[in-house]
Amino acid sequence: MTAIRPGATAQAPVPHDDTALVSVRGLQTYYAIRGSFLDRLVGREAGRVKAVDDVSFDLRKGEVLGLVGESGSGKTTLGRTLLGLVPATAGSVRFEGREIVGLPERELRRLRRRMQIVFQDPHASLNPAMTLEQAVGHPLRIHGVATTRAEVRSRVAEALERVGLAPAEQFLDKYPSDLSGGQKQRAVIARAVILGPVLLVADEPVSMLDMSVRAKILELMLALKRDLDLTYLYITHDLATAKFFCDRIAIMYLGRIVEIGPSEAIYDDPKHPYTKALLRAIPEPDPQRSVPRDIPRGEVPDAACPPLGCRFHPRCPQAFELCGWEARDLRDLLERRWAGVSEAEYEAERALVAELGVLDSPALHARLQVRKGARPEELAEALAAIRSSDPDEPFWTGVRSVQPLADGVEMTWHEPLAPRPLEVGRVRVECHLYDQEALRRAGKLRAGERTPSPAS
Amino acid sequence: MAAPAELRTPLPVSRVLWRGTRRMLAPVAGAGGFAKVMLLVGAGITAFFVLVALLAPVISPYAFDQYSSGGHRFAQLAAPSSGHPMGTTVQSTDVLARVIWGTQTELKVVVVSLAFALAVGVPLGLVSGYFSGPLDRALVLLMDALYAFPYLLLAIVIAFLLSNSIGKGVLTAAIAISGAYIPLYFRVVRNHVISLREEPYVEAARALGARPFTVIRRYVFYNVVQNVPPIATLNAADAILTLAALGFLGYGIQPTEAAEWGYDIQRAVSDAASGIWWTGLFPGLAIVLLVTGLTLLGEGLNETINPVLRRRAVAKFELPAVPPSADIVEP
Amino acid sequence: MPVLSLRNLRVYYGTGGAPVRAVDGVDLDIEAGQVVGLVGESGCGKSTLGRGILGLLPEGARADGQVLYGGRNLVELPARELRALRGPELGLIFQEPMTRLNPLLRIEQHFAETLRQHEPKLDERDIRRRSLETLGRMGIPPTRFRQYPHEFSGGMRQRIMIALALVLRPKLLVADEPTTALDVIVEAQILRILADLKENFGTALLLITHNLGIVAESCDRVAVMYAGRIVEEGRARDVFAEPAHPYTRELLRSTISLDTTELHSIPGAPPNLIDPPRGCRFHPRCPDAMRVCAAQQPLQLQPAPDRRVECWLHGPVPEAFEGAREPLARGPIAVAEEA
Repeated sequence: MTAIRPGATAQAPVPHDDTALVSVRGLQTYYAIRGSFLDRLVGREAGRVKAVDDVSFDLRKGEVLGLVGESGSGKTTLGRTLLGLVPATAGSVRFEGREIVGLPERELRRLRRRMQIVFQDPHASLNPAMTLEQAVGHPLRIHGVATTRAEVRSRVAEALERVGLAPAEQFLDKYPSDLSGGQKQRAVIARAVILGPVLLVADEPVSMLDMSVRAKILELMLALKRDLDLTYLYITHDLATAKFFCDRIAIMYLGRIVEIGPSEAIYDDPKHPYTKALLRAIPEPDPQRSVPRDIPRGEVPDAACPPLGCRFHPRCPQAFELCGWEARDLRDLLERRWAGVSEAEYEAERALVAELGVLDSPALHARLQVRKGARPEELAEALAAIRSSDPDEPFWTGVRSVQPLADGVEMTWHEPLAPRPLEVGRVRVECHLYDQEALRRAGKLRAGERTPSPAS
Repeated sequence: MAAPAELRTPLPVSRVLWRGTRRMLAPVAGAGGFAKVMLLVGAGITAFFVLVALLAPVISPYAFDQYSSGGHRFAQLAAPSSGHPMGTTVQSTDVLARVIWGTQTELKVVVVSLAFALAVGVPLGLVSGYFSGPLDRALVLLMDALYAFPYLLLAIVIAFLLSNSIGKGVLTAAIAISGAYIPLYFRVVRNHVISLREEPYVEAARALGARPFTVIRRYVFYNVVQNVPPIATLNAADAILTLAALGFLGYGIQPTEAAEWGYDIQRAVSDAASGIWWTGLFPGLAIVLLVTGLTLLGEGLNETINPVLRRRAVAKFELPAVPPSADIVEP
Repeated sequence: MPVLSLRNLRVYYGTGGAPVRAVDGVDLDIEAGQVVGLVGESGCGKSTLGRGILGLLPEGARADGQVLYGGRNLVELPARELRALRGPELGLIFQEPMTRLNPLLRIEQHFAETLRQHEPKLDERDIRRRSLETLGRMGIPPTRFRQYPHEFSGGMRQRIMIALALVLRPKLLVADEPTTALDVIVEAQILRILADLKENFGTALLLITHNLGIVAESCDRVAVMYAGRIVEEGRARDVFAEPAHPYTRELLRSTISLDTTELHSIPGAPPNLIDPPRGCRFHPRCPDAMRVCAAQQPLQLQPAPDRRVECWLHGPVPEAFEGAREPLARGPIAVAEEA
């Protein structure tokens, strides 16, 4: 893995590692959002979902890299972009030294012999109208590797036996609806490896299978890795299977890789608060365990307009001044509070603010107008009361100033520092907690305040 | 791992296709309840008419425009009798003969128009749905405009335009009718393709490196085509009505070319005033019966093949007697 | 006095031929405020059991046995009375929250409809107060009361569904795979809510799932289901620490957790419920199967205090059976029969 100096900014392009099987630099895959009817009529975009937003990593031959994340993390899109199934918006992907991004479809199709994908849902990955022989044999015909019926049949039988569907004769003429989930997944794997690819992207290959079957499929994938010298990109949300299966792990959150490193490093000593939260949240059939209480609040936000600064900051228990606090976080704070107070208190506080909608945009300053009939001081007092009722709330570290105005209150927040990848120990992590620059600046901000705020 | 030494000889392609078709129609066998009744009744009626159409030369007593036999001219507007079970028309033609030959005409036109509509609508729908983009938008606009046009008017216009070039025969009528149905197939197929396009197995086909037309042909088409039979049968029912309407209005098939029920009914209108009922009733009854049969068949197919509506025949059962319960035993 | 008692409950589904014996003789007690986990793999009948309790069975299904609630047997109750119980007494939450909320109604309207239906004496203010309070306990702020379901994320919709079920203060809530479609952090949040139901609402919970981990973390008791029967039942702590039934043991071993060093799986597949195996239904796949296991259905035994298991390993075998405890001779299970 190419080292990145802690002080370097993410903008300095890191050269490709051409010894790696796959080398990704600055990959971006954005989707256009379909807007209103009028937009659609005119063909206008209504915003973009940044599914993959500036991702860089290497995949070495023979290793298993786990891509771990929840929904909305972009892991599925990243897997598909690597294979060219989804066009990349920007950035570079080199496969065996050759640039894939921007390659015409015709060239990409030829490359598909070398890289394949196994999907998540075994019940939907096989064409219901094709027998196993036809389905698993189709890649051979597409690429002209085998043409006669006998040749295809014999090679398909070989592939089926290799994935454990033996005796192959019994399975060749079966349709997918005649098979169980585990058997279907084996067939899908057979179809993926029949051409002898070097790279296999496995997108949640076992998450839809029962527990007692998962182990069999994982064992099969490990055996194939040994026998066929495969390299895997293992996409999953399940850190438990990833730990068992992968050599290195990359944790993704909202389109970015927040932590990447060798498996043991990630599991024994996680650095990023999100990684720590994921590990804590995994349900364990351990009789001594109970549901963890210190789970991050909230959910993965909308990828069309992600939080400013570090995308995890609204949920992070350790966030501080420069993590990206903004107007929308104030709205979340108020809503969290109002969910827990009595209706009377809620009505009283809500009555002070004329328009909550000003807090819906990603901005570092907001003017809260007070409603007619209330005084601006009441609003400022209410905010101060809210703050003192929960002074440890990380949100307040990000508030730069609360200025009373003639018609309300103006709040501003600190300018965030863009998170950048840093080498910490054996992993690369994107988190301000490990960024000396961020810590230094935050310290200065805290020292400069009249009333010292609690240390994060 | 070496390939297994001996493989049973594979099934011939024809048998594989037969198995595939049987699988597609399998739900029909397992249909339950009302759907099955509709299916059987509809199939029966339709089969009856098809037989009549096929055997017309054999079972019809006279030709469709025959007004005399053995030198004798038939009576005009004669009531049903043993010689003419359904009576005769004002032109002395036998009503029964015209109904039987008319069956052949109707079915000929319907089959040709269906074939034409399918041949144009389905491929366009496949391509439009799979590729999207400007081609899709243009086609959808065109098809929606066609669809919004009153179909009878459309058929009349097309019939009128074509009659100048290829006359007013079966082909003209067939093309005129199909013009109104192409948008239907286009729309149904396109919608289904759009939903199938996102299915994992279609994406998997792309991931295998298949070219778009291969994907359409082998992965999308077979799964889309399942929806077509119910629609086609309902469509056929509608086509018969349209043809009859065209004939009634005088834009259909020229009477010298073939017998046609709609035309007969039009002629019968003036007869009705004089109390002559047989010239209108029998062709009308034929239309109603055939259309009903096709509709029942189509709805029956829809209820059985469409997985959303499908209800399996469920056998009634009784829960077996409870085995003597075992009490909890201490070790 | 348990809130709900199942005695020899059977639910069979009709098919074209012989019926599917989805639930084939289940006994279970749920005490007030208890969280009971019903765990099993796909096809074991656990979802059918959950729905069978509430009488929400599809056409062609028949049930018999006893579902004792409030002194009445729900299996024999006329449909109208059963409907009256659903909601205010017995609640049900499903797996996919998006498809269960009406996309055309605001959240406010969902609650109003539910409360007006079951508690017609409430006026507008009370309806609003109750709704906001319940939603607030679930972490949904009052500012979002008038939004539509599609404006919420998956986890929030699940909370709304739970709130809808709880606003009527049912005595028992049946949750059918409530977190399967959710991400792991959101799942932990929802489980936290469900585990605290006793304190906040006094509601008992039957948590149906295939995930052993969440049962271990959040449930007081666990019942393990296999092929339509409950094969083991007891306190969650005890069952996970020392499983009595081989299936429970194998299932635990197959579960991949952070401590897994070796992969285990159970050979074969769950049996066809139309014609389940003779004797103990697990015997074709059981590593400890004995000859008696293939011949006779095991008795319900109590190998430890407050534990129930159905397995010949823990109790006396029938006297007349010779060689009952000898290992069962079986051929290897081919991939063709596996799941």
